[in-house]
Amino acid sequence: MNKPVEGRITDMKERYKGGVLKYAQMGYWRPDYEPKETDMICVFRITPQEGVDAIEAAAAVAGESSTATWTVVWTDLLTAHENYQAKAYRVDPVPGTGPGTDKEQQYFAYIAYDIILFEEGSIANVTASLIGNVFSFKPLKAGRLEDIRVPVAYVKTFKGPPTGIIVERERLDKFGRPLLGATMKPKLGLSGKNYGRVVYEGLTGGLDFTKDDENINSQPFMHWRDRFLFCMEAVNKAQANTGEIKGHYLNVTAADMEEMYRRAEFAKSLGSNIIMIDLIVGWTAIQSMSNWSRQNDMILHMHRAGHGTYTRQKNHGVSFRVMAKWLRLAGVDHLHAGTAVGKLEGDPMTVQGYYNVCREGYNKQDLSRGLFFDQDWCDMKKVMPVASGGIHVGQMHQLIDLFGDDVVLQFGGGTIGHPAGIQAGAIANRVGLEVMIKARNEGKDIINEGPTILKNAAKTCKPLEQALETWKDVSFNYTSTDTPDFVATPTAS
Amino acid sequence: MRITQGQFSFLPDLTDDEIRAQIDYAISKGWAVSVEWTDDPHPRNCYWNMWGIPMFQIKDGAAALYEVNACRKAHPEVYIKVNAFDSTRGVESMVMSFIVQRPSHEPGFGLQRTEEAGRTIRYTTISYATQRPSGERYSS
Repeated sequence: MNKPVEGRITDMKERYKGGVLKYAQMGYWRPDYEPKETDMICVFRITPQEGVDAIEAAAAVAGESSTATWTVVWTDLLTAHENYQAKAYRVDPVPGTGPGTDKEQQYFAYIAYDIILFEEGSIANVTASLIGNVFSFKPLKAGRLEDIRVPVAYVKTFKGPPTGIIVERERLDKFGRPLLGATMKPKLGLSGKNYGRVVYEGLTGGLDFTKDDENINSQPFMHWRDRFLFCMEAVNKAQANTGEIKGHYLNVTAADMEEMYRRAEFAKSLGSNIIMIDLIVGWTAIQSMSNWSRQNDMILHMHRAGHGTYTRQKNHGVSFRVMAKWLRLAGVDHLHAGTAVGKLEGDPMTVQGYYNVCREGYNKQDLSRGLFFDQDWCDMKKVMPVASGGIHVGQMHQLIDLFGDDVVLQFGGGTIGHPAGIQAGAIANRVGLEVMIKARNEGKDIINEGPTILKNAAKTCKPLEQALETWKDVSFNYTSTDTPDFVATPTAS
Repeated sequence: MRITQGQFSFLPDLTDDEIRAQIDYAISKGWAVSVEWTDDPHPRNCYWNMWGIPMFQIKDGAAALYEVNACRKAHPEVYIKVNAFDSTRGVESMVMSFIVQRPSHEPGFGLQRTEEAGRTIRYTTISYATQRPSGERYSS
């Protein structure tokens, strides 16, 4: 329950007499406020410092992410200031925290922001407000932006993904199954010619895509032009070998926009159907590259390099579901969104929540998947999620059961590490994928019969047999750090 | 060579029962089913010949399988595929596609390179089959 605190001072003389007031007194705590359809709504997970009241902390977050400074300023009175004040309107204790648990008391603070606070079509502006100052704010020990409801009116100011799942599939002529990819390994050190060899073997073996890794740019061992030229030779040769459209994500991440455009233009001139950027280039660069991709019929792959620094710890940072929402608005076509079963962090339900953000036209509130709000995407194109990191063909049934058809499954080590070679690795993955899709469509219970289905297919496919044998015992069963906190309550019928 | 377009090209050719099971899956989802054929399987050839119009609101997979076999009979030495189409808002596109017949010999593709400045190469994929006129491409 919310404790009574000193509320908003409505007497104007009192409110603006100068000095320091509590944020709640300044009007940033409005328990009676009904968020408008056009408001941006955020839920923050906050851990107040000892002795700081939860409601005052929530009001402080609202204040510091909108108009407030530490003291009263008369210049507010030159504005319709109530519109610019964000309003904390609800504070709930987080289940499983506080006295009697092993965690400090945390709260979910709901804050509404008037749409006038945000420049149209600018994630840079949204983030500067919502996560600009508040995360270093002293009265909070920690804070995390858990989820966000973007109003329809604001969604429509963004162009979203340049290509989207549907158009990507039509361009590639691939339907009804996940796409298969692999990240080239070793990540660093290969020359252009050797690197292209790995691309060629993987694509000819049966992958749809291969991928540069996040930190492949233009280092001394491989100049970017060299990489692009050898990779496109590999892509085209593999295409002729198989009669299928292939692609390689050419990473155009560079030190400045001019260089990124230069690399993207070269990728286009060579006939590449896809380019890639890393999350660390920043929001403005992401939106610029999205515009470029839209103008040049290019699929834009986003590697979420660096996100773990702020998404992983549950008490502090920004949840990946928020990142996924911002990235869909900013406009990327592919987004690494977790594997649940691989080597990188991810609770299965939480990861499914990210996938829903990428792929659904309308997200219903789903607390078990970490989605706090209904979110209408108003027909914005869908982002293809990418599952990458420590997955192998032995998990095919789990991956298809968790994520369905619209996903890129990327087996890097699980392709290139195959004992009989890269082509064999690719064949094993493709056979495993196709046999599992076929079985699912036939109505088989793939979660239980999956291992048998793979084993049977392996009887006539040596590479699959070897792959299953090589990685049979590999799993990454660690406790996830990021899981939804909610108590299921039965709904009244 | 074996063209690997479609959902199941890495598996042994599907039997009629297996094709029927896939069609039934599409029907259970409310998708339209269509049959298409071509003698030009170039990866960029996105318009194969339609074998009739897509079967909308189809109830029985046998009807679609009948069309597959009718198409096979009329065109024994070409590529035939079965597609499913989802008209749901936000999809409105193909959601399944798999090959159900291939010519007995698949000649595959050649790659033509044109060398340009700065080591750039322009690539053209040539379908060997199309070097003969339509109708004569897969007769031995």
